[in-house]
Amino acid sequence: MLTLQCPYCGVDADETELSPGGEAHLKRFGPGSTDEEFEDYLFARQNPKGVHFERWRHAYGCGKWFLAARCTMTLEVFGTYSAQTTEPPQTIKDAITAKRPGWTWGTLS
Amino acid sequence: MSTRLAEGGIYLDRSEKRTFTFNGKRLSGFAGDTLASALLANDQMLVGRSFKYHRPRGIVASGAEEPNGLVNMGKFGTFEPNQRVTTTELFDGLQAESQNHWPSLEFDVGAINAKLSKFLPAGFYYKMFIHPRSFWKHVYEPFIRKSAGLGKAPKSRDEDTYEHFHMHVDVLVVGAGVAGLTSALVAGRAGLRVLLVEQTSRCGGRALIDGGQIDGLDVADWVGQTWGELNAMPNVTVRTRTMGAGVYDHGYVICYERPGDHQPDADGPRHRLWNVRAHQVITATGAIERPLSFAGNDIPGVMLASAVRDYLTGFGVSVGDRVVVATNNDDAYRTAITLHKAGLVVTVLDARPEGAGDAGLRADELGIPVHKGRGIAKVHGGKRVTSVDVCSQAGEGAVLESIECDAVAMSGGWSPVVHLWSHCGGKLNWDEEHAMFRPDPARPPLGANGEGFVVPAGAANGALLHHDVVHDAWAAACTTVDTLGAKVSGKAPEPSDESTKPMTPVWMMPQGAKRVLREKAWLDYQNDVKVSDVQLAAREGYESVEHTKRYTTLGMATDQGKLSNINGLATLSGELNKPIPEVGTTTFRPPYTPISLASITGVAKGDLFQPVRKTPMHDWHVAHDADFEPVGQWRRPYAFVRDGESVHDAVMREVKNTRQALGLLDASTLGKLIVKGPDAGKFLDMMYTNMMSTLPIGKCRYGLMCSENGFLSDDGVVARISEDEWLCHTTTGGADRIHAHMEDWLQCEWWDWKVYVTNVTEQYAQVAVVGPNARKVLEKLGGMDVSKETLPFMQWADGEIGGFKVRVYRISFSGELSYEIAVDAGHGLAFWEALLEAGEEFGVMPYGTECLHIMRAEKGFIMIGDETDGTIIPQDLNLNWALSKKKDDYLGKRAHEREFMADPNRWKLVGLETLDGSVIPDGAYAVAEGDNANGQRNTEGRVTSTYHSPTLDRGIAMGLVLHGPKRMGEILTFPKVDGGEVKAKIVDPVFYDKDGEKQNV
Repeated sequence: MLTLQCPYCGVDADETELSPGGEAHLKRFGPGSTDEEFEDYLFARQNPKGVHFERWRHAYGCGKWFLAARCTMTLEVFGTYSAQTTEPPQTIKDAITAKRPGWTWGTLS
Repeated sequence: MSTRLAEGGIYLDRSEKRTFTFNGKRLSGFAGDTLASALLANDQMLVGRSFKYHRPRGIVASGAEEPNGLVNMGKFGTFEPNQRVTTTELFDGLQAESQNHWPSLEFDVGAINAKLSKFLPAGFYYKMFIHPRSFWKHVYEPFIRKSAGLGKAPKSRDEDTYEHFHMHVDVLVVGAGVAGLTSALVAGRAGLRVLLVEQTSRCGGRALIDGGQIDGLDVADWVGQTWGELNAMPNVTVRTRTMGAGVYDHGYVICYERPGDHQPDADGPRHRLWNVRAHQVITATGAIERPLSFAGNDIPGVMLASAVRDYLTGFGVSVGDRVVVATNNDDAYRTAITLHKAGLVVTVLDARPEGAGDAGLRADELGIPVHKGRGIAKVHGGKRVTSVDVCSQAGEGAVLESIECDAVAMSGGWSPVVHLWSHCGGKLNWDEEHAMFRPDPARPPLGANGEGFVVPAGAANGALLHHDVVHDAWAAACTTVDTLGAKVSGKAPEPSDESTKPMTPVWMMPQGAKRVLREKAWLDYQNDVKVSDVQLAAREGYESVEHTKRYTTLGMATDQGKLSNINGLATLSGELNKPIPEVGTTTFRPPYTPISLASITGVAKGDLFQPVRKTPMHDWHVAHDADFEPVGQWRRPYAFVRDGESVHDAVMREVKNTRQALGLLDASTLGKLIVKGPDAGKFLDMMYTNMMSTLPIGKCRYGLMCSENGFLSDDGVVARISEDEWLCHTTTGGADRIHAHMEDWLQCEWWDWKVYVTNVTEQYAQVAVVGPNARKVLEKLGGMDVSKETLPFMQWADGEIGGFKVRVYRISFSGELSYEIAVDAGHGLAFWEALLEAGEEFGVMPYGTECLHIMRAEKGFIMIGDETDGTIIPQDLNLNWALSKKKDDYLGKRAHEREFMADPNRWKLVGLETLDGSVIPDGAYAVAEGDNANGQRNTEGRVTSTYHSPTLDRGIAMGLVLHGPKRMGEILTFPKVDGGEVKAKIVDPVFYDKDGEKQNV
């Protein structure tokens, strides 16, 4: 059972307090987008073995959505951060690089 | 025979007698006994029958690893099967019955299987019972179910209580033997928050039996002193009778406490499940002795060497006057010496030609006969051991001599208990010298920070000798304290030392045992797996240890192979001619030993199974015989049943009364979300498929919500409250989900929009006042103008009715003149009662959800969850009018443009009217011509809602039908499960008041 720190209320929350929301940093495509763009947005996911960025909601706590960077293989957590951003902050990226040099995820690295 | 000696037994209090029954026989023991020691003290060597061959089985071990001694315990509400006698503390009035035999333990008909064992090898069931197919269900399975199996399933409801604890600690130490005590002491003195758990009732572990010294003190005194010091530390919590059951991700550990098992009449819970979050876990879980694989090693009286001396030293029980000790290591010499000192006759067969170290010298001094390079060819006996054939370990089993004896103490070496280390991914190395798997410190289970969070200590880490245990535990604790940034104080404890000779792996005794011997050499006692079975599996091509396990059932019994796994995989490795580490182990899964399901449930049963949400009028509903149904976590009245009525009658009455006079519905469960802020209109235009920003203040609009995938997700009436505030009604089950959905988009996509969403569902009670007399009752109560002119259909107004502060919505889900009136939740019941009282002259009756459903179906209104199932888009339900063409974007708009969403062949909503007036079964499919690729009839539609309409006095239904709206008047055929069929005509889904005149008066 994972423990993630909610970046809003600072609580180290057990997984039972959280609800998962799938992959983070998706770019929304609406009317006017191509079928390929819309399909990618709705269905195509990275599903990596290793570094991953995810959405979580502190559902049984402060109710806020936040984002987490973690390793899907070892479950190591590199950090959690605000959901109000389109890409992870540099501190998070640095923390990942320190542990997983050369990591990539989508267009991030 | 096994018996209680006149003296001895360090665990016993001989002044406290305990009486108990075994198979109805009255027996007695002492305080401090386990059920196992008490049975042995009463010469009850035979305690059960094996699973497959019904062989007589006796107690083998003295702890959690015991495979044979399983009993049914208790009666009725306290009945529990498969209780291990070795971990059951004796109490007065304990009732135990042996398992898996008929008609009795002594005479068991099923034992005929043992005579047939040659014909029942590994995989026999798979090979034999596959043909003919029909025999499995009717002949083989009932027979096997009867002959195989362990305890009985409980028939009564569990009378006991169970609970959960939660705890956060720096260090969790599992096991309070010398290693665990050393570790806890170091962590405790460093000021860390420590939880120390011990699965048995006492600390000290094996050291109390095996002795030694620490810091010049006898180990028993050191244990007592350390236990005292730990108990006095405010930062240390100690708990006996508590097992570390499983280690999970990020330092989550389940511990299983049994505070009530040994005192069933005491207050408090029987079991307690601890949810522990630990920064570091020290596993000081010890080691388990391995049996030796020789012919007849399952006969009652053949026991682990350590168990034999546990019973003698701990409980004053001799398992036999004449004992043969068979070993491949020095440790079993302790047993021989202990037996000799108690005045019993003992012979040692040491498989090693070189014999033992210091222990061997002591045995020689005492004059104990030791035969080096010797092993057991065969044990003789039926329900107990009678003699042992001695052979050369290096040979094939030629009998050199026979020794008459009552018991055999065997030791094949020790296996560290690596379960907790392994549960969450800790890896093992094979230690060639000691022939055991031990934790690989380089590959520990990893925590949230990517570092290891489990540290093995003492025997669990492969340090088997007293001085190694103490040194290893000290080192493990220092590492842990250091990891947590605390400081170690004090100096390392100094243990006593002795010199030993290395053990020699013995996987078969004798080494070249012939087939007849191998067929009687057991690996897994509980599941009846022999050396010959594993060898057969290997010859049949089972190379993977996981496959071999499942094919032979090795290690699949309730003991999960604690005794058998290493011997089994060594046998497999020998047969495959592959080194043991290449064969590997099977996966260690939690829990370490079985835990009660009730402890997992805790208090979450009965009334506490889940919280029930109640409206302010709930108690009134209860008092007025409401028949409830669950809707989400709410309980809503399905119908209010009157004397002499069936539920169906009540529903029919409620519909008629509401359509003809006046009905009241408790609509408080309806979701109510306030959406407020400068960008609220813009936001709702994205959430709903229709336009909400243009809704004038004071008006209501029915709206649809889709997921981004285009599927219909929720619906409800939205009211514009003020310039920047809207109130959105959701379905009863949808309030929390839609609230979360809105928050998701606001927090994660449009976080710069200025909008707040608040769920006020429970802040208001809401009553639907419905029927031709609805206005009359409100006018009688008085306070505000509810006329058609002032408050027309689809508008709302704040005001006062009968002295209550209200908000009135002129909306209708029934097709009748209808007001939905919200009051503060605290006034809900009073308002409800006021309406009932005032409505009496107008024929008021409360109605339930089924009446609501029928009335909405008569009107052709859809219901989320009936007409929708997560694959339905608004267009399927002819709701195109609610899809705004003016908006550039809303959730679902892009999805609806996809090819298959615009497919004209999607089934569409229609009404269905049965030709014979009957009700079509719910979910029935309409059949079309021809068969599909699977040979099933093609279908062209299905029923989504179906009711008997009392208004029309006939069956009506709604359904989704291929090209439905273009096929009005056509007849469809719906087969029923009973073989018959119903024919129905496709009609308009609005069955009643098509022009909506009644709701608009």
